[in-house]
Amino acid sequence: MEKWASNKAWFLVLPVFVIVAFSAILPLMTVVNYSVQDIFGPGQSVFVGTEFFKQVLADSRLHEALLRQFLFSALVLLIEIPLGVLIALAMPRKGVWVSACLVTLALPLLIPWNVIGTIWIIFTRPDIGLLGSTINHLGLAFDHTASPMDAWVTVMLMEVWHWTPLVVLLAYAGLRSIPEAYYQAAKIDGASSWAIFRYIQLPKMRGVLTIAVLLRFMDSFLIYAEPFVLTGGGPGNATTFLSIYLVKIALGQFDLGPAAAFSIIYFLIILLFSFIFYQALQNVGKGGRS
Amino acid sequence: MARIELNNIAHSYLHNPKSEADYALKRIHYEWEDGGAYALLGPSGCGKTTLLNIISGLLIPSEGKVLFDGREMTQLPPEKRNIAQVFQFPVLYDTMSVFDNLAFPLRNRRVPAKEVTRRVQEVAEILELTPFLKYKAAGMTADAKQKISLGRGLVRSDVAAILFDEPLTVIDPHLKWLLRRKLKEIHDQLKLTLIYVTHDQVEAMTFAEKVMVMYEGELVQIGTPQELFETPQHKFVGYFIGSPGMNFLNCTLDGNVARVDGAGIRLADETAALGAKAKGKLELGIRPMYLEVQTRKTEGAVPAQVRLVEDQGAYKIITLEMAGAILRAKLGEDKPVPEKEAWLGFPREKIRLFADERLIR
Amino acid sequence: MGLTLQNLDKTVGRQIHLKDIQLEFETGSRNIILGRTLSGKTSLLRIIAGLDHPSRGRIIMDGKDVTGVSVRKRNIAMVYQQFINYPSLTIYDNIASPLKMSGLSRNEIDGRVRAAAEMLHLEKLLGRLPAELSGGQQQRTAIARALVKDAALLLLDEPLVNLDYKLREELRVELQEIFNKRDSIVIYTTTEPTEALMFGGNIVVLDEGRVLQTGPTPQVYHHPATLKVAEVFSDPPINYLKAGIDKGVLQLGDNIRVPLNGRYSSLSPGKYVVGIRSNHLCLSRRHEKDTEFKARVELSEINGSETFTHLKYGETALVVQDEGVFPHKIGTEISVYVSPDAFFIYDEAGVLKASPGAGQRS
Repeated sequence: MEKWASNKAWFLVLPVFVIVAFSAILPLMTVVNYSVQDIFGPGQSVFVGTEFFKQVLADSRLHEALLRQFLFSALVLLIEIPLGVLIALAMPRKGVWVSACLVTLALPLLIPWNVIGTIWIIFTRPDIGLLGSTINHLGLAFDHTASPMDAWVTVMLMEVWHWTPLVVLLAYAGLRSIPEAYYQAAKIDGASSWAIFRYIQLPKMRGVLTIAVLLRFMDSFLIYAEPFVLTGGGPGNATTFLSIYLVKIALGQFDLGPAAAFSIIYFLIILLFSFIFYQALQNVGKGGRS
Repeated sequence: MARIELNNIAHSYLHNPKSEADYALKRIHYEWEDGGAYALLGPSGCGKTTLLNIISGLLIPSEGKVLFDGREMTQLPPEKRNIAQVFQFPVLYDTMSVFDNLAFPLRNRRVPAKEVTRRVQEVAEILELTPFLKYKAAGMTADAKQKISLGRGLVRSDVAAILFDEPLTVIDPHLKWLLRRKLKEIHDQLKLTLIYVTHDQVEAMTFAEKVMVMYEGELVQIGTPQELFETPQHKFVGYFIGSPGMNFLNCTLDGNVARVDGAGIRLADETAALGAKAKGKLELGIRPMYLEVQTRKTEGAVPAQVRLVEDQGAYKIITLEMAGAILRAKLGEDKPVPEKEAWLGFPREKIRLFADERLIR
Repeated sequence: MGLTLQNLDKTVGRQIHLKDIQLEFETGSRNIILGRTLSGKTSLLRIIAGLDHPSRGRIIMDGKDVTGVSVRKRNIAMVYQQFINYPSLTIYDNIASPLKMSGLSRNEIDGRVRAAAEMLHLEKLLGRLPAELSGGQQQRTAIARALVKDAALLLLDEPLVNLDYKLREELRVELQEIFNKRDSIVIYTTTEPTEALMFGGNIVVLDEGRVLQTGPTPQVYHHPATLKVAEVFSDPPINYLKAGIDKGVLQLGDNIRVPLNGRYSSLSPGKYVVGIRSNHLCLSRRHEKDTEFKARVELSEINGSETFTHLKYGETALVVQDEGVFPHKIGTEISVYVSPDAFFIYDEAGVLKASPGAGQRS
């Protein structure tokens, strides 16, 4: 018998449970349902078992999209995490400039995602865009609608501009929580800036950086709105990431079964990698003895 | 090792200090001898940490100079000063082993690996850390962590002084004894200049050969623990040192008798003579342990009422009311305790006389 | 009436934080919980407060089982080690905060806040914010907040540990006077034997989650029931020597022989451990019955009026606390004197068999 004070608390969290159940668990179950049955219309369906999964896993275009997606997420992490930490380190620790920096950094995070795509379409247009025309005036041919390379560069630039501030904010919060005595002790021990970073700042930021890596991995792996608006997945299939391809299958071709199977595989990949990242980061610098 | 000289140091955290009150540290001129054990003692906000930071180089004083062995250091950053510091809370490199923590200051100074190993093992031996060298520093107990912090200072052969900023704050009482004892042993063994900042008089007095008492940015007295206890130069020192602090009674002089609201206390002739010449408000001071509490009336004793008796184990603290003033007396375990009435004896040689808070004699 | 704890256990994972705690606190009593870091003091206080629930056992307040009752519904007040106040409220509003929901009239609240503030000398600071105060004043505010609502149970978890030494001394005296005027149960935890002694009242000695001894504080100090209690309740640390009794003679260490008399004479022959508090060892002869032995000086710590001399007697480390200044050189052999009445004698299982006379009146 657990007669404890917080029974009432369950009632308070009940609405959240209900919402989560309707918004996440039920759709997910529906998706599972779709992925193992071929549905022709209301009440007309055939159980197909793993058929759709086999079909999807054999799809070479999906392989390409998956590869593209991994490359994209890897680039995102490799650029945004170090860049974010670097900017956080360079930020002032006190004074009026702190809030100015924080507000400026937060701006991209406040813009709706499809608007971000639109901004960058205009910004990089070769004829009237500030960036696009400037580059073209310099004599470099730049057009993200024509060159796959240019499209990638543009999408990466947009992504880095949009999300690095989040990493900066997290890293900055982590840095701020380090007591002054650590820096004083390091100075006295004659530690170089690199050693201070390596042995004090980085270990103390581990927690927030774990969160940053997980968030950035998941978000970048799911990216849809911005590249969809900016490039529509093109040119060709150059920027067709997993979610864009998924929507193409589901809505463009109306292949709901394979799309559902695809969704489940997609979900499992994210789950697996988030777990790996989490474990890896938790174990950095841990363990009883060195 | 080095002699540390403070040449007319003063510091204000304001850009344009105008009056005396704007200074966190008011003109300090003092020389620390090589190899001495010193304590800076005072309540929070007295400026002791400011002074420590000036010595370590974390702070550049607004005025004056800091010299180590005659070499000017005032503007030099901490890493160029050859000092080590142990902080209030253990500061360790969590991801490193105990060995690597101890080796860190040497490796930063590019000491050859062989020498590093030798020094670290030597210091670990002194601090009784040898069995833990391979452990992660983060998993050690609080007292071991403080020893590692201290060790990072001891490994350096060039250290001029080791500074301690209330290093025993997070340590349990029974371990404080062991750690403080370790510190003293190291001091005797290595003859290092040690400067220990604390608000705890017991720590300061047991640790240091010379204690510097600070109060509102001023050095009010520098002396051996005995001097501070027996002859406090300022009322603050009398109050701050000793537990409970010194008793003070407003008095007037009448020949060689001090009058305290009607009661008369006989003074030594010299004391009375100096008191007669002094100007300002006169106060008589006596340590609780020197008050003679008697159960029966004796010659020259002053009657008092017992208000409270506290058993402190090894001794008792008696709170008494005498001639409208409250006095506290410290009585050994085996002494008889009066119940209501008591007679207080004031041993002449233990009475101190203060004029406007400064000691006359 | 009062607070009763019945068979309390607290385990977290596989770690035992508290084991079989049985305690009674009477209404209006002052109680000290003495124990080292991690002995379970804070766990116990949190359970009493209702912030944590026990793994087993019951908490009975004035005859009513309150084990599952939320902390909000219990009439308690708590002061923590850290200075915890609402940072955006003035000192006045901080002190008034526990009364906001009480339904008291404005005048009544105002009166109580001012009374509590006066008790803790905060009258002049009521309009300020916590960040503008010193550590001591912040903790005074926290204490005033705890006092303002007349809680039946007042819990203080090492409230003075983060304060300056001298401030601690002053607040200890003031707190005692404040507690004396109230009829709530006061429970106060500390790691320091001296602080425990200053507060007097009753004491609970806690070690590794278990209650070792309870009783009036001075009595427990003078008769620590086990070796462990004597260890936890002595500052400086108590000295231990292996001993044996044979033919009416107590043999301490290798060669200290003390004829047994008085309260020790009834002890049967056998092996014992003898505890001697550091203030019961002297560097000069006080009495002709004192036994003398030689030990080597390891260190002298002089604090102005007394000397703590650290000695080695054979392989045993000893501390002598003696009034006066004795600057002995390290390594010299000196004489140490001990009165034949100053022994805490424990049997081999660590149970007290006889203690010195002091404190017997209690």
